[in-house]
Amino acid sequence: MTMDRNEILKQLNDIFIEVLDHEEIVISESTTAADVEEWDSLNHIMLVVEIENHFEIKFKSNAILSWKNVGQMMDTIIEK
Amino acid sequence: MPELTFQKLKKNLKKDFSKLRKIRVAVLGDTATQFLVQALRGKGYDYGFNLEIWEADFNQIERQVFDTTSELYKFKPEIVIIFQSSQKLLGKYNKLQPEQQLQLAHTELGIIENLSVNITDDLNAKLIYYNYTEIDDAVFGNYANKTESSFLFQLRKINFELMFLAKKDTNMHLCDLSSIQNHIGRVTFFQPSIYINTDMVLSLNVLPKVASKTLDLVSVIEGRIKKCIILDLDNTTWGGIIGDDGIENIQVGRLGIGKAFSEFQYWVKKLKNRGIIVCICSKNTESVAKEPFEQHPEMVLRLDDISVFMANWENKADNIRHIQSILNIGFDSMVFLDDNPFERNIVRENIPDVTVPELPEDPANYLEYLYGLNLFETVSVSKEDLERTKLYKTEAARVQIQSNYTNEADFLKNLEMQSTIQPFNNFNSPRISQLSQRSNQFNLRTIRYTENDIKRIAESDKYFTFSFTLDDRFGENGLICVIILEKLDENTLFIDTWFMSCRVLKRGMECFVLNYLASFAKEKGFTVLKGEYLPTPKNELVKDHYKDLGFEHLESYYSLDVFNYRMKVNHIKKKDL
Repeated sequence: MTMDRNEILKQLNDIFIEVLDHEEIVISESTTAADVEEWDSLNHIMLVVEIENHFEIKFKSNAILSWKNVGQMMDTIIEK
Repeated sequence: MPELTFQKLKKNLKKDFSKLRKIRVAVLGDTATQFLVQALRGKGYDYGFNLEIWEADFNQIERQVFDTTSELYKFKPEIVIIFQSSQKLLGKYNKLQPEQQLQLAHTELGIIENLSVNITDDLNAKLIYYNYTEIDDAVFGNYANKTESSFLFQLRKINFELMFLAKKDTNMHLCDLSSIQNHIGRVTFFQPSIYINTDMVLSLNVLPKVASKTLDLVSVIEGRIKKCIILDLDNTTWGGIIGDDGIENIQVGRLGIGKAFSEFQYWVKKLKNRGIIVCICSKNTESVAKEPFEQHPEMVLRLDDISVFMANWENKADNIRHIQSILNIGFDSMVFLDDNPFERNIVRENIPDVTVPELPEDPANYLEYLYGLNLFETVSVSKEDLERTKLYKTEAARVQIQSNYTNEADFLKNLEMQSTIQPFNNFNSPRISQLSQRSNQFNLRTIRYTENDIKRIAESDKYFTFSFTLDDRFGENGLICVIILEKLDENTLFIDTWFMSCRVLKRGMECFVLNYLASFAKEKGFTVLKGEYLPTPKNELVKDHYKDLGFEHLESYYSLDVFNYRMKVNHIKKKDL
């Protein structure tokens, strides 16, 4: 993965806006599910699938529910 | 209609359902069904249904169905969808002792039959039951196929026996999940990480397909069925163009691409045998279009199979209206198949209720694509169905031809047609000579020119040459008209060649071309355009071409005074290079 963290965050933000269908969402590395109203467990699955499709990666199943915030999610993306 | 992603389908949920037909649907599953419910409701919108869905709590199927005081009974659904997954079936199998494994199918079928009886008798609802997608647990390898206690053997046995169950119980309908997995593959159908984390067994990618397959059943339960398939001929029913290529050269039969058309025809024949009305709607001269049905040895479809045969040069939307008036069935029960995107769009725009699939470009893909659309869903086949073709054939013979033309001018204006005009050059001469060899119907003199002839004419100062393309907002038709003018004397230009592709008939192209030729002649100081019609067995179509365009008929030729020529109305714009 040659992208820097800012670029990944920007792309993630677009995915969040698209999946959660909310134009004004702005995420940072410290954003958690509790900070975003629409980010519930069902939407989380949709986010996971969209992120997988977008970055052409597959997360391990134990990673999917382990992230505490967006930053940790990004760590996993960068590892891939 | 391309398959929407689940993400897009979800956006449907925010739309206005209030005008759509409301149906009460209960969904009961042994895995997490939240996304399935969203997909069903979203897809329902596209089908014109407002599905009011009640979702049972996780894994409550038997309690809800067997207890007549349950929430399910209070909800009073019209349709009950039961989705018992292969994963949970495997879970049950895994807990069994080896000697009990042999009984899995039998036990499960007993339960399903009870569910079905209760839903039909006590709940008075229709049942949609999802059959089982195959999981090979690879304990026996291929040997599972001859090991009755293997999971694969038991699973397939359930699927097989389910069909007998559904055959017996007219209120029970199987939704063939297994065939979806066969079609798209298990790797796409099932995503293990999502399953492990959420207990959902359908991947997001497959949800729209499962929803479609389910809605197909809901539609027919609601009485919306397709009754009629309308076929274009050239490059849809056979390969090639009958009017230009002739009966010997159209492609149908065992060889090459002909095979694709033959197999397509066998499919149509099977539909006809099960009661679907088959009609023809083709831009052709009727006698020419019928020839293959009567004489071609490899044609599968024969005139006997066709209820209404419309071959003429009118617009296809009008022809389909005419077919409708003969058959007296709803437009929404008709499917129209045509290889030409222009024709598909004119029908879509004028009669939106007709189903018009986007046939793939390559005829080899027609059938697989059509299988995937599942257009001819039904919940019953009656004796009447089987007699239907005969019925409508006699009906068609009785009804008089009546014209019912759309406002064509509006439609043409809407097309935003543009034409580029170029003299013959090195780039277009191969295509021009090819058309010169092939074009039969819209061809005034049918003089054939080779590529060398074309080059010679292009270089000669005795001639003026023109090639026309036609594009519209649906796409490009490419080079479709060719004109060669010969200088007879200082006043007269003779139209040595005028041929056009039949694809662009009825679009005002003739008027556009003549406007251009008249202005051109005037500009160069000529006073008369002279035309000639040389009849052949195939060009009757243009017998009155010059007369219709306002030429004066003088003995064996036609003459137009370019100074008093009035520009003809058309909706094509000249496009500059």
